[in-house]
Amino acid sequence: MLGVKRSDLPLDKDAHSRFLPWLIAFMVFLAVLAIGGILVLNATASRWDQGIGGTLTVQIAATEDPLKDQNNLQEVLNVIAAQAGVERYLVIEEDRMMALLEPWLGPDAKAGDLPLPKLIDVGLADEASFDMKGFTRQLQLRVPEATVDDHRVWLQRLVNLIRTVELIAIAILVFIALATVGTVVFTTRTGLAVHKEAIEVLHLIGAQDSYIAGQFAGRAMMLGLKGGIIGLILGLPALMAVGYLAKSLEDAALPDLTFGPLEWIIFAAIPLGVAFLAMTTARSTVLRSLGRML
Amino acid sequence: MSKGNIARFENVGLRYGLGPEVLRDVTFSLESGSFHFLVGESGAGKSSLLKLLYLALKPSRGLISLFGADIATTPRPQLPALRRQIGVVFQEFRLLEHLSAFDNVALPLRVAGIKEADVNRHVTELLEWVGLKDHMKSRPPTLSGGQQQRVSIARAVIARPKLLLADEPTGNVDDRMALRLMHLFEELNRLGTTIVVATHNMALVDGLGYPILRLDAGTLATVAGSGNKSAAREWRESRESAEQQARAQARARRERRRGETDEQDADPPGIENFL
Ligand SMILES: Nc1ncnc2c1ncn2[C@@H]1O[C@H](COP(=O)(O)OP(=O)(O)O)[C@@H](O)[C@H]1O
Ligand SMILES: [Mg+2]
Repeated sequence: MLGVKRSDLPLDKDAHSRFLPWLIAFMVFLAVLAIGGILVLNATASRWDQGIGGTLTVQIAATEDPLKDQNNLQEVLNVIAAQAGVERYLVIEEDRMMALLEPWLGPDAKAGDLPLPKLIDVGLADEASFDMKGFTRQLQLRVPEATVDDHRVWLQRLVNLIRTVELIAIAILVFIALATVGTVVFTTRTGLAVHKEAIEVLHLIGAQDSYIAGQFAGRAMMLGLKGGIIGLILGLPALMAVGYLAKSLEDAALPDLTFGPLEWIIFAAIPLGVAFLAMTTARSTVLRSLGRML
Repeated sequence: MSKGNIARFENVGLRYGLGPEVLRDVTFSLESGSFHFLVGESGAGKSSLLKLLYLALKPSRGLISLFGADIATTPRPQLPALRRQIGVVFQEFRLLEHLSAFDNVALPLRVAGIKEADVNRHVTELLEWVGLKDHMKSRPPTLSGGQQQRVSIARAVIARPKLLLADEPTGNVDDRMALRLMHLFEELNRLGTTIVVATHNMALVDGLGYPILRLDAGTLATVAGSGNKSAAREWRESRESAEQQARAQARARRERRRGETDEQDADPPGIENFL
């Protein structure tokens, strides 16, 4: 299919179609970024959906009185233990807390130096059926210093945000496809006008519309493929550069820009998809135009 | 094909856009295997009538049938099949300039989906036959008028059309070439091709004595055969001596300026060889 196809029309010498691969390359460049974004956001969103969902953190603010702190902790643990739907819970050790705080406090800080809150990590059996309101009310009643940090609320907002950005990226892809189709239609119509005489001769010699359309389709496919490959060659390094910069920030919240085999297949398919789009667009444009002729 | 009508016009009228009728009430039929001259002054409508015959135009009114099919009711996808049975020598050749002589002649076979090996064989043989063996790779703009004419005729006959239409085929060539073209057309006609030649060259028409379709300001005035075979012979003889003269002159020229080759001298072998 990609082999050398003999052409009866000098489409390869058309000045007006010369810009087409570059325009398509630009479209594909944008498409690569958009698709890369979609893939990354999708992976991130589902990771967050599973990873932090199903847990919550109970925090007990420290008071002046260590004994009261001790009682508070015991009381909270009692409430947690009595709560239906709790699968496991774990008081975070002071050592670990100090380790987490080390970047801010420095290596010499000791556990006793600061009034540290107590943190209890609670794992839920089933997030959806958990009685969050009742649990929170019960805790506050027994231990006013206790607060419940439910990650779900802000996490859900984050996931929603990601989904919205994804939708925007998909809309951008649709616009890119439409712009590509429009450009190919325009180029093909111009080609039909430029080669009117030769096309008429082909007709009079007995060529079917599909024969003529095939010539335009073959040419559009080659231009689309060329543009697609150029766009991919430009787009992937750009995507990598963004990923590299993101990684150098070493922030776990930033999406991970390493792609698996499936993602690579999707990227490799972009030029083929664009070539196919250009081909079918050119074919139907020619068939529609010729259908109006004798 | 046995005797029958290749083409039939009934009360055909043609106008371009909103202009006046350039053809009015044209009625005639072409019998299979016939040879007609189409004559008339410039602007009489000869080219327009041929365009109707090779399906480049649709009539404004009247009925046209080709190979038994009413073209008004023939669906568009079936028109190419009709067109493939018609060979056309356009007045202005209409060769595709970006294609070599070979590819131009190959076009009718390729659009018909003939295998490339067969295309190669047929086109090579025919181009040899019309004396363009050494110009197969040349593009039309680099060929002389006579060479282009031969390419366009080769393209018209390569697919062995049942109907051959030639619009002023002798308009741009000298008498010697005109005669050779007529030889070719007569030979094709002898092999069964129906032929219509539009021309204003009355010497040619009177000389060959084939039936005449005469257009007069859009009306088909006469359908007649001169049947004057002796006149035909006379004309042919006069052309043949002209051809011999031209050949002698060419030879003399070549002796003076060696190495220049444009027109081929060799008489064409029988066209049966490739048909
Ligand atoms: N494409 C066209 N549009 C409008 N008028 C045309 C066109 N082609 C031919 N005509 C007119 O039709 C008439 C017949 O032209 P044509 O068929 O070319 O005559 P001929 O070939 O006998 O010289 C002329 O008056 C010419 O001006
Ligand atoms: Mg004319």
